[in-house]
Amino acid sequence: MNKVFAIRVVTGRGSLMQNAKSVEDVALGIRRRVFEHAMRNNGGYLSQACSAAEQLAWLYAEELQLGAPTLPAVPKPFAGVPSPENHDYVTGAGYNGPASPEYDRLFIAPAHYALVAYATLIEVGRMAPEGLEMFNKDGSSVEMIGAEHSPGMEVHNGTLGIGLSTATGLAWGRLRRGEIGRTWVFMSDGELQEGQTWEAIQAAAYHKIDTLYAIMDVNRQQCDGAMGSVMDVGDIAAKIEAFGGVPVWVDGHKPDEFRDAVQTPHKGKPLIILANSSPFRGMPTLQLRFPRLHYVRFKSEDERVRMNRDIARSLGVEPVAY
Amino acid sequence: MPEMVNRPYERAFEAHALAHPEVMCLSADLTSSCEIDRFRDRHPDRFLSLGMAEQNMMSFAGGLALSGFRPFIHTFGVFMYRRPYDQLVASIAYPRRKVRLMGFLPGVTTPGGMTHQAIEDISVMRSLPNMTILETGDATEVETICAAADSIDGPVWCRVLRGSVPRLFKTGITVGEMRVLSEGSDVLVVTSGITTEEALRARAALAEAGLSVRHLHLHTLKPFDAGQLLDHIGSVRQGVVTLENHVTEGGIGSLVAETMADAGVGKKLVRLGLQDTYAHGGSRPYLMRYYGLDATALVAGIERLTGERFGITDADLAEARVDAVHSLEKAEAL
Repeated sequence: MNKVFAIRVVTGRGSLMQNAKSVEDVALGIRRRVFEHAMRNNGGYLSQACSAAEQLAWLYAEELQLGAPTLPAVPKPFAGVPSPENHDYVTGAGYNGPASPEYDRLFIAPAHYALVAYATLIEVGRMAPEGLEMFNKDGSSVEMIGAEHSPGMEVHNGTLGIGLSTATGLAWGRLRRGEIGRTWVFMSDGELQEGQTWEAIQAAAYHKIDTLYAIMDVNRQQCDGAMGSVMDVGDIAAKIEAFGGVPVWVDGHKPDEFRDAVQTPHKGKPLIILANSSPFRGMPTLQLRFPRLHYVRFKSEDERVRMNRDIARSLGVEPVAY
Repeated sequence: MPEMVNRPYERAFEAHALAHPEVMCLSADLTSSCEIDRFRDRHPDRFLSLGMAEQNMMSFAGGLALSGFRPFIHTFGVFMYRRPYDQLVASIAYPRRKVRLMGFLPGVTTPGGMTHQAIEDISVMRSLPNMTILETGDATEVETICAAADSIDGPVWCRVLRGSVPRLFKTGITVGEMRVLSEGSDVLVVTSGITTEEALRARAALAEAGLSVRHLHLHTLKPFDAGQLLDHIGSVRQGVVTLENHVTEGGIGSLVAETMADAGVGKKLVRLGLQDTYAHGGSRPYLMRYYGLDATALVAGIERLTGERFGITDADLAEARVDAVHSLEKAEAL
């Protein structure tokens, strides 16, 4: 069933069409959608929506130069993995528009943020709301850990730490081809524990790949809990600088700071915006679940009812009738 | 003694890359060891140094291929799959990127010992969906592997010989074909890579002993035409002996065993190669003798298969080539 769905095309950096939602509106919409989804499914990636909503909203609603989606608003079912026989295989990149030389590309490096990324696609009109109802359903392409055939995805990033390297290689190739489009990565701070992240930064610096941009959701959380209790990564900015990148700290919930940060000169170096974020932002009651925030599953019906009431109030919506 | 060809890869890669502008040369700090130092010096704009950082290199190559280039990765084979296996799968094999993985020093062709010897790479690559596997056994195959690999719509794992390489064949690699080097009717011998030369060393002595050997050389290990192999197995009376520069699990010994089992072939099979063991560092002839990968081991394997004793001694086998382990060019032989 292919529903007719109005697509709002983002026409360029900072040049939104009239009536487009503000970054703040999109961010609120992301949190509301992820909250509703988590309530209905007795859990989900709530804290990632809290920490990353403004970052993804800013990228999609404002910063990224993307063309109109090339894939149907209602995602098609899973159609097989790449193989010589699978002639109709496509990735989910079409939700970000065509891979034309002038357009930006985006990799969601922590594929575990998929739910938040899908909610973003809906909020900016690149996917139909029905898409989220297919999340993690058998036979669906809207997978729990974003696969390369999932909406908005272009490569597999489920093994954390490989996204920045892939973007580095793509960005080098695009530079060589004279393409003006940038290559962006949405990253997580947990990926800093992987040595490959540092290999990628040093390679990008060595090869002077300054069309490579990243925004990192520094929420200081990982699967086991707070990063400081698992493996501390130290002074992130100093380390990035030492490896040859240009880091800029911003408040992860203030888009104005993103707007300034992206203007930072970084000739011959990748720019990495470090978004200092809160995993409770917009849903303060989640603090009760600290430090296990990676995937919030409600422990009891009581907790579910309380979270439903409290988070709904924080987000300015009615509790979800699940 | 066969004609020896010096550094066939060096010339072949340069010619192929110059004819195909989308080809990019990637290296991981083993540039001269992989015979691409001259290419680097002559064509620096086509050469990308990615340093000793293979995990990044694999994903980088995946991204580079996504932009339309065809990266040829050059390093020792062992360094392209053991450490960066996850990246090889997620960034290259799954999405069928046109990345050509040029793995030098296959098996025991290096004195570098366990850390440098790719002895289970074929097993790993055979079990990876979307991967094509090619192996070179002579100078002509080395000269044609770039074009052969670059003709594939997907990633290709290549076992490449370097340095002074014997010329055994007149024709280059045609992907998917197998070479029939003799058409005997007693025993089928299946070899690939450097073990083919060993089988050729035993050829005259075995003929003298009255054994009719059918000999297949495989340069394409995946995809593999089981039908052709079964025809050859059906053409011999006694059975099959495989000899490989690799562990006997997952390589061509397994390939032949699986083919026979799938088809219900009831003939005997003797699999020669590294027998569930790591190797250590040493010269190639020493290692091939020590681990049973040489012509002598093949004769013993055929004796085991047939239950006959041929009385063949080392003196009856064609002379083994002894390469200088250390040379001016490769002070460490690495």
